[in-house]
Amino acid sequence: MNIYALVKRTFDTEEKISISNGAIAEDGAEFIINPYDEYAVEEAIKLRDEHGGEVTVLSIGDEDSEKQLRTALAMGADKAVLINIEDDIDDIDEYTSAKVIADYLKDKNADLILAGNVAIDGGSGQVGPRVAELLGINYVTTITELTIDGTNATVVRDVEGDSETIETSLPLLVTAQQGLNEPRYPSLPGIMKAKKKPLEDLEFDDLDLDEDDVEAKTETKEVFLPPAKAAGRVLEGEPADQAAELIKLLRNEAKVI
Amino acid sequence: MNFDLTDEQQMVRKLVREFAEAEVAPGADERDRTGEFPKEIFEKFSELGLMGLPFSEEYGGGGADTTSFAIVTEELSRVCASTGITYSAHISLGGAPLHLFGTPEQKEKYLTPICTGESFGAFGLTEPNAGSDAGGTETTAVLEGDEWVINGSKCFITNASYAKHLAVTAITDRSKGTNGISAFIVPTDTPGFTVIANYEKMGLHSSNTTELILENVRVPKENLLGEIGNGYKQFLATLDGGRIGIGAMAVGLAQGAYEKALNYAQERKQFGRSISNFQAIQFKLADMAMNIELSRNMVYKAAWLKDQGRPFKKEAAFAKLFASEMCMRVCDQAVQIHGGYGYIKEYQVERFFRDAKLLEIGEGTSEVQRMVIAKQIGC
Repeated sequence: MNIYALVKRTFDTEEKISISNGAIAEDGAEFIINPYDEYAVEEAIKLRDEHGGEVTVLSIGDEDSEKQLRTALAMGADKAVLINIEDDIDDIDEYTSAKVIADYLKDKNADLILAGNVAIDGGSGQVGPRVAELLGINYVTTITELTIDGTNATVVRDVEGDSETIETSLPLLVTAQQGLNEPRYPSLPGIMKAKKKPLEDLEFDDLDLDEDDVEAKTETKEVFLPPAKAAGRVLEGEPADQAAELIKLLRNEAKVI
Repeated sequence: MNFDLTDEQQMVRKLVREFAEAEVAPGADERDRTGEFPKEIFEKFSELGLMGLPFSEEYGGGGADTTSFAIVTEELSRVCASTGITYSAHISLGGAPLHLFGTPEQKEKYLTPICTGESFGAFGLTEPNAGSDAGGTETTAVLEGDEWVINGSKCFITNASYAKHLAVTAITDRSKGTNGISAFIVPTDTPGFTVIANYEKMGLHSSNTTELILENVRVPKENLLGEIGNGYKQFLATLDGGRIGIGAMAVGLAQGAYEKALNYAQERKQFGRSISNFQAIQFKLADMAMNIELSRNMVYKAAWLKDQGRPFKKEAAFAKLFASEMCMRVCDQAVQIHGGYGYIKEYQVERFFRDAKLLEIGEGTSEVQRMVIAKQIGC
């Protein structure tokens, strides 16, 4: 199987994040593989081990993204592709990324493309489905289980806490939801081998696209941190009184019922 | 000059940081209480290929460098020093002598199971009457036909209960003093070989610390490790590498205690403010952060020199001495910052404090480090 996993470098939201000049301050931020993309990489490696073939990890980013690609190679991916468009394209949004990825993949005969359900930075969940649309292949989002049998795929997807089983066929793009698997740690031999694995560096000029083709469709007006969480309130009294008080608060103060 | 870690070293740090937080930290307090050896943790470590980290791939090792070894030891010790010392001794005392002095056959037979994690590594050097003064060694080895017959006892031997074999030192020619000491590879299931693990220690409770009794233990002639009469020189070379491990442990342990103290200082409110707003506390934390970083730089420099094949004896002693004494001070101050809570086990710095003391003692006391340094600078 010819398998691709789409990987995004993102800051670690478990670390402290600060904003300066309308953007996330990169100084002091920790960068990681987007956790949902890590599920995609893990699933790709598992499927390759089961069915044979090759796993290529693909990222759009600058040279710093090489670290995340090397990590994916250390986990067991076979090859990596880094498309560095930052020098040529000023504003990159989901539309831009999808156009670039789809252009790269259009003649690669991918049997299966795995991506994260969302990236924890932008959180749009757009890139995966857009790539599939542009390539004209099937896609299923937020999957928690994937079984491949020949060219048939059985997919279980998360639907707001419930699950839905879908039968479809390759070529296919899926986006990974938490629960799909438990990503492995890269082993020491994996880490030592990662540097020797092929990592292809591409620039915008290497693609069959004009700058106009990828012009961002969205514009960022403002970036701000969520308001600090106010202290919680503990209700007192008998359980029945507490329940009554809670209903009142939910209705009048929080206005959710 | 380049202070950046390599990509591999950064990935090793990230791997072991995540592993330590997910797999090692959660049971550390419980293991400290029960003394249970972290066997399952090291089974997982074996699967990740970390047990033979700096040794040749030919024998199942990872082919990584000494700096990576220091990083792994540091990250384990940051959450659980018992796990850190187990790993450090496994590599630097167990594997290293075989790696440095073993024949290809000995490496194949004895280093490979250490690299795969099938056996833990250990080193039988210290005796009741011979600590840093190897001249006091009393264990003897006598050649009878094709076999060495070894008699004596060893103490404070790390990991021996979980080792399938280990190197021990013994006198082969008493008339030659330290040049009459040799090293032998002894399988721990050899008749006459007994491992006793019943020390009651101040700290490092889940590290395995043992006494060895050797009564007419017979090993084949070819189990001599290195040259006859070179045992003393060999273990001095082994200890130089081990000191990088102890230095790395000290850096990690201090880092762990410092992070806990910093968090606590930011959360704990007295007189209407977080105590981290008070200069008395700030200065303690500033000193901790500074001393930890200085120690880390020295440990990595000693490791780097070793990897370049350059002399590193003095730098390893600098690193071990400075880092271990720094670590004891940092843990002391971490308890102090916690006040009464620092004296309570739940807040963990008490465990770090107890564990830290060994670092000023093991693999050469602080006093012996000063002797080593004094000799190196020409006194």
